[in-house]
Amino acid sequence: MLYFSKLRIISVILFTLLLSYFALSNFFKIDDNFFKRHINLGLDLQGGSYLLLEIDNEPVVIQQLQNKLLQIKNYLKEKNISYKNIILKNNKIISFEVNKDQLDKTKVLFDKDDSVINPYYQQYKSHEFDLSINNNIFLLNFSKYGLINIKSSSQDQAIEIVRRRVDEIGTNEPNILKRGNDRILVELPGLDNPERIKLLLGKTANLTFRFITQIEEESFGTEKLFFEDGSEVAIVSRRIVLSGDNLIDAKPRMDNQNNETVVTFTLDRVGAKRFAKATSTGVGKRLAIVLDGKIISAPNVREPIIGGSGQITGNFTFQSATDLALLLRSGALPAPLNIIEERTVGPDLGQDSINAGILSLIIGFFLVISFMLFRYKIFGLIANVTLIFNLLLLLGILTLFEATLTLPGIAGIILTVGMAVDANVLIYERIKEEIKSEKNQILAFDSGYSKSKTTILDANITTLIAAVILFIMGSGPVKGFSVTLGIGIITTLFSVYFIARLLTSLYVIKNKYNEKLI
Amino acid sequence: MEKKLISFNNFYKIFNITSSILIVISILLLLFKGLNYGVDFKGGTLIEIRTTSNDISISNLRKAFNKMDLGDVSVKEFGKKNDFIVKFEKKSKPKENIIENIKKNLSTSIGNNFEFRRVESVGPKVSSELLISGIIAIALSLSAMLIYIWIRFEWQFSLGAIIALFHDVIITLGFFSLFGFEINLSIVAAVLTIVGYSMNDTVVIFDRVRENLRKYSDIKIFDLTNISINETLSRTIITSITTLLALLSIYFFGGEVLKGFSLAMILGVIFGTYSSIYIANPILVTLRVSQRTIIKEEKE
Repeated sequence: MLYFSKLRIISVILFTLLLSYFALSNFFKIDDNFFKRHINLGLDLQGGSYLLLEIDNEPVVIQQLQNKLLQIKNYLKEKNISYKNIILKNNKIISFEVNKDQLDKTKVLFDKDDSVINPYYQQYKSHEFDLSINNNIFLLNFSKYGLINIKSSSQDQAIEIVRRRVDEIGTNEPNILKRGNDRILVELPGLDNPERIKLLLGKTANLTFRFITQIEEESFGTEKLFFEDGSEVAIVSRRIVLSGDNLIDAKPRMDNQNNETVVTFTLDRVGAKRFAKATSTGVGKRLAIVLDGKIISAPNVREPIIGGSGQITGNFTFQSATDLALLLRSGALPAPLNIIEERTVGPDLGQDSINAGILSLIIGFFLVISFMLFRYKIFGLIANVTLIFNLLLLLGILTLFEATLTLPGIAGIILTVGMAVDANVLIYERIKEEIKSEKNQILAFDSGYSKSKTTILDANITTLIAAVILFIMGSGPVKGFSVTLGIGIITTLFSVYFIARLLTSLYVIKNKYNEKLI
Repeated sequence: MEKKLISFNNFYKIFNITSSILIVISILLLLFKGLNYGVDFKGGTLIEIRTTSNDISISNLRKAFNKMDLGDVSVKEFGKKNDFIVKFEKKSKPKENIIENIKKNLSTSIGNNFEFRRVESVGPKVSSELLISGIIAIALSLSAMLIYIWIRFEWQFSLGAIIALFHDVIITLGFFSLFGFEINLSIVAAVLTIVGYSMNDTVVIFDRVRENLRKYSDIKIFDLTNISINETLSRTIITSITTLLALLSIYFFGGEVLKGFSLAMILGVIFGTYSSIYIANPILVTLRVSQRTIIKEEKE
């Protein structure tokens, strides 16, 4: 166990130096193009916000069911199937009746693999809808995979809009990721006050222009809507003149005439045409500008607006006009988002945590090395040198993978300091035992190493198992702990079996005639 | 053996009784007193506030928060004199911005002498998911250990090690329940690490027991475990000391956030070391492990 070939010595040294260089490059500005990676600090250390958003897909599902209902009506007509009592039950199930003699024909239309009305997903081996037939009543509800399909497509849209909104605010290096099929994770490093972003992400920003009417019965239907400030109620037509989709730009602007802040917008070609047509027929009427079910303002149409641009008034402050313009530019979310988890750490606390982490690392380190030196003298020194390299290797690997260091991650490093010496302790204690029965010191060292090997492996693998499970199951900062703990075990094994053993062997071979080596 | 052996085995019985009592007490505590779950597992909001003026007392702060209709509010000092932790369970309505409102309310009631250092808000759905995944993580790691030891050793050893692990985890949790210390995500991490550490300690002794079983055919397991414990004793003590030194350093200097975590670990290391000696080994004795146990296995 004590023999090292030249090649192995060189490769151990090279590997250690390389990783040490990676590790140290985090602390010293080294200007070269050779290695540009660095350890990232977690949100708990550099400060920032972690937001977990959940998409409320219920309105989307109901909308889809309503669309499907219309499609089924048309489709059945087209196929000459007479149906009756088609309704959407509990916003969940589409139900309709057909004549007994057309039952089988209808069933096939919904059941076959190339069904148009009820598509078959090859990859899931499932239709969009589950079909059940009760006498001559057909009941359709979304299958598990039909729902997954809806969810993932609304997630795709939502993440895009979230990304645009976050980018518009301009924070540095935001991290926006999908979680499951109805959640979005937003990490905003360095962001001290997430309130504005929370406000902006909480808005669906569904903008419509609709006329206010006096007649309750209109062909498209009407609804009662409140004004934003809650002052008034107005009856608004359901017919949408223009929606946010037609906007290509929006900006806040000071209107010098009335000395108020407005939001100006530019429409695309289709939007401009429709807007021109609607405003020319609707002169004299009030056009309500509705955002997420509330009327922002309802100006009178004084003249046709044909330029494809306009402005929204509504008691804005400059901030709220800026926010509205931002929301309109980035587009509407497919469904409302709820913030279901938030963790924000201010930069002060982050810095305090870094300081505390480093302080306890240094103190822990010195306590451990003093103890080892006291207990094992020269071999304690070897164990300590090994420990330093172990830490450098650990940091080097973290740097290589650009891992994120969290406060629990630092705790993991400190714990590694405490536990890393265990392997050397096991070996040295074993050697002490061997020396009692073995006169030849080199042989005693050799068998000390080999006999403690399985124990060390067993002991470290068990801790590694805990770290791996923590990595898989854990989230956020806790994951950071499992990373440093797990990598720490691997670097410990390497440093004990290569670095410490190399140093030990050099020392023992040089001093083999000493009376008492250990 | 020139050194005199310490007769650990003479105390097997008394410590087993003690441990059994402690486990029963812990289970009773867990059942009736329960654990003090933090916002991670219970849901709700936590705010760490630092005041920049010394005039603001904890009662001022409590009054200010009680006026805000947030439900049950708890205000506690947190480490330094001007740091406070405020917790409440009120579920935020989706469209309402609680934090912003609280800031406004506070600046009217106590002035602008405060900053929010940390805000954690966890919805009910997420908190129950976190709790379940925490429990699964602990259960998974226990079973992974069981399987690993089962592969590496004989089933008697595996059983001994697992009972020792349960012992450590349950007593540590019982301790947390007794003193009402908060259970959050980092405590789960601590418990998992305890599991790893305790296992590590047990494995070292078991390895030696197995080796000695091969070596001596005439020594009864009762004495054999004692010899093995003695032979590995200095290692057990030294490793516990170095690990505890590191953990104590985190506890005293690592800041408030890591206090609970390092405390759980410190307890775990102490119980883990104890259980490797006094729980895992007596089980080998009870199960009548002998040279035949391992030789039979090896022939297969």
